[in-house]
Amino acid sequence: MSGQSALRDESELNSGRVATADTSKTADVRFEHVTKRFGDANAVDDLNLEVRAGEFFSLLGPSGCGKTTSLRMLGGFEEPTAGRIFIGGQDVTDLAPYRRNVNTVFQSYALFPHLDVFENVAFGLRRQHVAKVEVKRRVGEMLEMVDLPNFERRQPSQLSGGQQQRVALARALVNQPRLLLLDEPMSALDAKLRRQMQVELKRIQSQVGITFIYVTHDQEEAMTMSDRLAVMWHGKIEGMGSPKDVYDNPTSEFVATFLGASNLLSGEIVRTEGGMVSVATSGGVEIRVPTSRVPDLNSSAVKVGVRPEKIDLAPEGSSPTAGCNSLRGRVRVSTFTGVGNQYIVETESGVEVTVYAQNLGSQFAPRSGDNVVLMWPEEHTFTVRPLGEKTEINELEGD
Amino acid sequence: MTEPRSRGGWGKRLAPYLLSLPAGLWLLLLFIVPLGAMLVMSLETCSPATGACVMTWHWGELPSVVSLYRAQFLTSFYFAAAATLADLVISFPIAYWIAFHGGRRKNFFLLMLLVPFFVSFIIRTIVWEFVLSNNGVVLHTLKNFHLLPHGFHVLGTGFAVVAGLAYNYLPFTALPLYVALERIDYRILEAAYDLYATRRAGFLRVILPLTVPGIFAAFLLTFIPAFGDYVNQEILGGTANTMVGTVVQNQFLVNLDYAGGASLSAVLLAISLVGIFLYARLLGSRTIEQYL
Ligand SMILES: Nc1ncnc2c1ncn2[C@@H]1O[C@H](COP(=O)(O)OP(=O)(O)OP(=O)(O)O)[C@@H](O)[C@H]1O
Ligand SMILES: [Mg+2]
Repeated sequence: MSGQSALRDESELNSGRVATADTSKTADVRFEHVTKRFGDANAVDDLNLEVRAGEFFSLLGPSGCGKTTSLRMLGGFEEPTAGRIFIGGQDVTDLAPYRRNVNTVFQSYALFPHLDVFENVAFGLRRQHVAKVEVKRRVGEMLEMVDLPNFERRQPSQLSGGQQQRVALARALVNQPRLLLLDEPMSALDAKLRRQMQVELKRIQSQVGITFIYVTHDQEEAMTMSDRLAVMWHGKIEGMGSPKDVYDNPTSEFVATFLGASNLLSGEIVRTEGGMVSVATSGGVEIRVPTSRVPDLNSSAVKVGVRPEKIDLAPEGSSPTAGCNSLRGRVRVSTFTGVGNQYIVETESGVEVTVYAQNLGSQFAPRSGDNVVLMWPEEHTFTVRPLGEKTEINELEGD
Repeated sequence: MTEPRSRGGWGKRLAPYLLSLPAGLWLLLLFIVPLGAMLVMSLETCSPATGACVMTWHWGELPSVVSLYRAQFLTSFYFAAAATLADLVISFPIAYWIAFHGGRRKNFFLLMLLVPFFVSFIIRTIVWEFVLSNNGVVLHTLKNFHLLPHGFHVLGTGFAVVAGLAYNYLPFTALPLYVALERIDYRILEAAYDLYATRRAGFLRVILPLTVPGIFAAFLLTFIPAFGDYVNQEILGGTANTMVGTVVQNQFLVNLDYAGGASLSAVLLAISLVGIFLYARLLGSRTIEQYL
């Protein structure tokens, strides 16, 4: 992750969040036990979801997990096999697409090949019988916003992929619907343009109060832009909440490894006392976790996790600080990444643990082969329920 | 650095010509030469007795056949136009249905559409004659049920000719329409619905405009051959309502007026060329290749 530019623009992006997040707590979109079957496979599996009015909500998940299918059901292009879908309290499950005040930025752009850029963007306004002058003004503004001011008379076939994507974005946004569905709307844009569009989207969201449902593969984008996000896997939601919540408190092994990287150790809950749970890991070391970060206190087999950036390295023989968990190990790989160092440490029990250390210039920097002590605060430790099969999880980024 | 370029130079430059040589010879021998002969012949004067022709640069033959056979030209025009229109109306829904709802059986449905056309043109038309005859299946049954008056007949009328033309040229309309419709990305239609288009607006604003080149191609492919057709008129039309094609055939085979027949053909050719030229001007020449 190249977090630098993201951090700089964060304040800009978040400025809209304050205004919109509390405007209304009413649910704008609701999926109730929605299932979509294709053949004998469930593309979406008993999905329950609530998106609040004016919220910027992101759907994250690996390819094929059912994101597009969920949006298509919301747009009215796919009928749920079971369950109901509500928009603004109204049951829209059986409503035709053109009757829904929803616009979509399609993953495939789907621009009209026989219309020029202006007419593509104007299409929705014309169907709504907006006055000609008004159409001209709004389309002009929108093309300005997506940085395509002199492209009105171009045909879609004469545009680059990124330009087509921006036309698709403008074509949906210009209608100012109550709900905007965006299916990877910036996948073809370069980093600079993407930042610019992200800021614009947040601005529009806060000004017009549109509810955004945003599908993306870019975790950084999802985390910086969203009020809340959901991680999907195999048609189900594996974790949902504010970006900070989902990142800091992953509830499943899948979320812990998909959103950012996590070190996970198999273990068993042996004791609960004083708001702390003790997990015995396979190496015999006990790791303490706050009870609030254990999703299921009743199951004994868990995986205990910690994010790589939460771990500190100390020289061999250092005694653990109070309130910290610690493990002993040997540095196998040390990689300098500029903003920091990435270490892969093999613990005594043979598990590999990844550690990110920020490049502050003066701290302990072991080399490969050195013995070290890994330490991290107990409150940054979490447990997740282990997966049956691990094959489909994205492994740690460092490998 | 220059060596590889010079080595590949001759072969590379000649390759396209060599590759197009067989097709070029074929076209030259079987298309260009007869066409040239016909055009030359239209300027000759022939003796009706012997059939021998001499070049007289008789340009006057061209306008004179037009005025002489004006009635037949008009009949041809009306019949071909009616048949083309009927074909467009009939095949659009079929092509639409196969393209959008044919699923994995698209090719099967297309084949079913074409099966009757594996039978020879003449035989097909003769079977139509049988079907439409006074005592044929259709009329006989209808008359039996007193749905038609006893003296009613179809054969020998313009209607029979138009019906025959429409039947015989249906694939030439249906296939280009199908190609045009099949190419429309269904997701574009979804985008239209997403942008508040009703089904009607989706059809008028998206499907129809995207099908226009196909409609035009279908029109040309049906109208031009139907305009010059004589078989349908001969078999189904009886002696009335003679079309230009019949005149051409008579000039060549009955009257042995080669110059007159050739002149008529030249005029027909000119009319077709005007149509194609208009198509190219209106819709671009690139699209012609895509649909023919
Ligand atoms: N029309 C369809 N017929 C059959 N299967 C389908 C259809 N559409 C989607 N699927 C299947 O449903 C699953 C979910 O597809 P979907 O397009 O929603 O994934 P996605 O999360 O959007 O993936 P990506 O990130 O690659 O766009 C996939 O396994 C896909 O193969
Ligand atoms: Mg998708």
